[in-house]
Amino acid sequence: MPLANTPTTVPVVVDEQKCIAEKGCTVCVDVCPLDVLRISEETGKAYMRYDECWYCMPCEADCPTGAVTVNIPYLLR
Amino acid sequence: MDEILSGTENFDCDVLVIGGGTAGPMAAYRAKVKNPDAKVVLLEKANVKRSGAISMGMDGLNNTVIPGHATPEQYTKEITVANDGIVNQKAVYKYAQNCYSIIQELDKFGIRFQKDENGEYDVKKVHHMGTYVLPMPNGETVKKALYRQLRRVRVLISNRFMATRLLKGKDGRIAGAIAVNTRNATFLTIRAKSVILCMGAAGRLGLPTSGYLFGTYENAANSGDGYAMAYHAGAELSNLECFQINPLIKDYNGPACAYVAGPFGGYTANNEGMRFIECDYWSGQMMQEFYNELMSGKGPVFLKLDHLHNETIDEIEDILHRVERPTRERFHTRRGTDYHNEMIEMHISEIGFCSGHSASGVSVDEFARTTVPGLYAAGDMASVPHNYMLGAFTNGATAGEDAIDFATEHDYADFDEGQVVAEMERVLAPTKREDGIPPNQIEYKTRRLVNDYLQPPKVTRKFQLGQQRFAEVREDAEQMVARNAHELMRAMEAYSVLDCADMAAYSSLFRTESRWGLYHNRVDYPERDNENWFCFTQLYKDSAGKMACRKQDVDPYIVEIDDSERYAYDNQRIQAGD
Repeated sequence: MPLANTPTTVPVVVDEQKCIAEKGCTVCVDVCPLDVLRISEETGKAYMRYDECWYCMPCEADCPTGAVTVNIPYLLR
Repeated sequence: MDEILSGTENFDCDVLVIGGGTAGPMAAYRAKVKNPDAKVVLLEKANVKRSGAISMGMDGLNNTVIPGHATPEQYTKEITVANDGIVNQKAVYKYAQNCYSIIQELDKFGIRFQKDENGEYDVKKVHHMGTYVLPMPNGETVKKALYRQLRRVRVLISNRFMATRLLKGKDGRIAGAIAVNTRNATFLTIRAKSVILCMGAAGRLGLPTSGYLFGTYENAANSGDGYAMAYHAGAELSNLECFQINPLIKDYNGPACAYVAGPFGGYTANNEGMRFIECDYWSGQMMQEFYNELMSGKGPVFLKLDHLHNETIDEIEDILHRVERPTRERFHTRRGTDYHNEMIEMHISEIGFCSGHSASGVSVDEFARTTVPGLYAAGDMASVPHNYMLGAFTNGATAGEDAIDFATEHDYADFDEGQVVAEMERVLAPTKREDGIPPNQIEYKTRRLVNDYLQPPKVTRKFQLGQQRFAEVREDAEQMVARNAHELMRAMEAYSVLDCADMAAYSSLFRTESRWGLYHNRVDYPERDNENWFCFTQLYKDSAGKMACRKQDVDPYIVEIDDSERYAYDNQRIQAGD
C-alpha cells in the first residue's frame, strides 16, 4: 500500500529572523526529548520536522536568541 | 536527513546505564564516584541535558523522609497501607533511610529546597497519614545541576542511541546491550559487566483523550522500552496490573498539582464545588472515587482554587507555570481559563506503567537488583512503589553503587554473537520494505485498543478481545515500514508499546480479584481476596518464549502495621454529614 502525507499544523514555531542555525547553532535540535526539530537544508534555519511534541519547552528555554516558541498542539487546545 | 547508514561500533565498559533522565544520571554518578577508574557509560535515546520526566524541572519532592518530620518506619507504613499491603518493605524502608542523604547531596549540587524562617526544611502534609512533601522553588535547575556533576566526574555520555535489546551471557548473566542511532540507524554493541535500566515509565500505553499520540502525562519519549527489554532478557516484572492512572488537567494532561495547591488550600471538587475525597494524595482508592464522581451527575471533576486569596493563587500559579510543565500557562490563556475566577476542569489520564506513582515495574530488591544477575533497574520502571523523583535519585544511587561492585567482582560474560546479528536484522527489517504500514499507525491502533479494552473498570471478556486485537496488530507490524532513522526509532517504540499492552492484559487477567482501587478494579471479581491474592504477580517469559505469570509471597513485614492503620486508605470518600 502506498503512503500518503497528511498535513498537520505544528506546535513549535521558529522566528527565522532570530534563528542563528546557519552559524552552527543546534541547541533546540539537541535538547528536544522527542527529537522532532531539524535544521532545514534549504533555509539553514531550525524547524519542526515531525509533529510529535510533548510541549515541554527546552527548545524555547535554551534557545540563545529567543527564536523558538512552543504552542500547545492543536488537538489539545 | 535522518538517512539510514550502515555501520556497527563495538564498545566495552564496566557499568552501562541506559536512560539519562533522573535515576540514570544518579546511578552513573555514584558508580563513577565509588570507583573513579571504572568506565561508566550513560546511554540516552534523547539528550541527557533535557531528557526524562524532569526535562524542564520538578516542583517538589513528594516523598521526603526528613528527621523531625517523618521516620522511615512511618513512611514504610504509609506506603504499605496505600498499596493494600503488597509491597517489598525492605526496598521501601531502605529508600526511606537513604533519601535524606540524597536530599543533602542534591542541596550540595545547587538544587535548593524550601526552608522556613528557622532554616529548617519546610515540609508539607499531602499524604493521608504523614508529612513528606518538600517544595523546590528553583526546581527548574535540576537537570543542569545533574549534568554538571556528570561532566565533573567524567561519566561517558552517549546521546541519541536507543537501546533495543539486552545481551545475555551463556551463564545467564547480563552481557551488555545493543543500541541503534536515532539519526542514522548505525548500531552500537556495548559489552558491560553490569547494566542498569533507568528508562522511565511506559507513558505511551493508553491514548490521551485528545487523541494526540504525544499528549501524554508522562514524557512521551518514555515509551516503555525498558519494560520490553527487561522482559525479553528474562527478568521478572511485578504487579503490572496495578496500572498508573492520574488525575490531570483535562486535555492539557499535566498534573493538576494537588501536591502544590493542597498545602495552600486548593482541592479537588465536583461540579458543585464540594470536596468529595478525603485526601488528594494519588492512590488507587482515591482514583476510584475520582472516577465515580466523574461518571456521576456531580461530574466532571475540577481543581478548585478560586476560593483562595488572589495573592495565594498568584503564588500557586507562579509555581505551576514556571517549573514542571510551564506550557500550562499558554494552555489556560488560549482557553481563557483562570484559576482566580473559576474551577479548572480535570480528567483521568490514559493508563500506563509507572512505579513513580503506582506499584508496578521490573522486579527489584532493596539493592535494585533484578532477577537477572548483573542487571539492575531504578526509577519509574523499577518496582519500588510510589517512589517519585526522589525515589529515582535514591534508588538510582543504590543501583550505581551495587552495580559497580558487581562489575569489580565479575569479568565480561561470554555471549553468543548470534544475538547481535539477529537483533540487527529485527531492528532493520522496517527499513528494508518499500511500502507498508507506518509506525504511527501501528502505535495509534495499539493505543486505541488499549483504551477500548484495557481501561479500568476491567472486564474479563474485554481483556480477552483486547489480546486478540493486539495479536492482529502484531502480525500487521511485520509490514511496518520506516523511511528514515527517525521513523525507525518510532517503529521500535511501537514494538515496546505493543509489548507493554500485552503485559498489561496478561497480568490483569492473572489476578482474579480487585485491588488498588481503580488501578485493578475487575468488575467480574469485585472483592479484594487476601486469602488467595495477598501476593505479587510476577510476569516473565517462560522457557518456551511465551508470556507467563506466577504468584510470589510478600516477605514478612519489617515494620508491623496496626489493625487501626491497615485500612486508612480504604475510605477515601467524604461521608455525608462530615
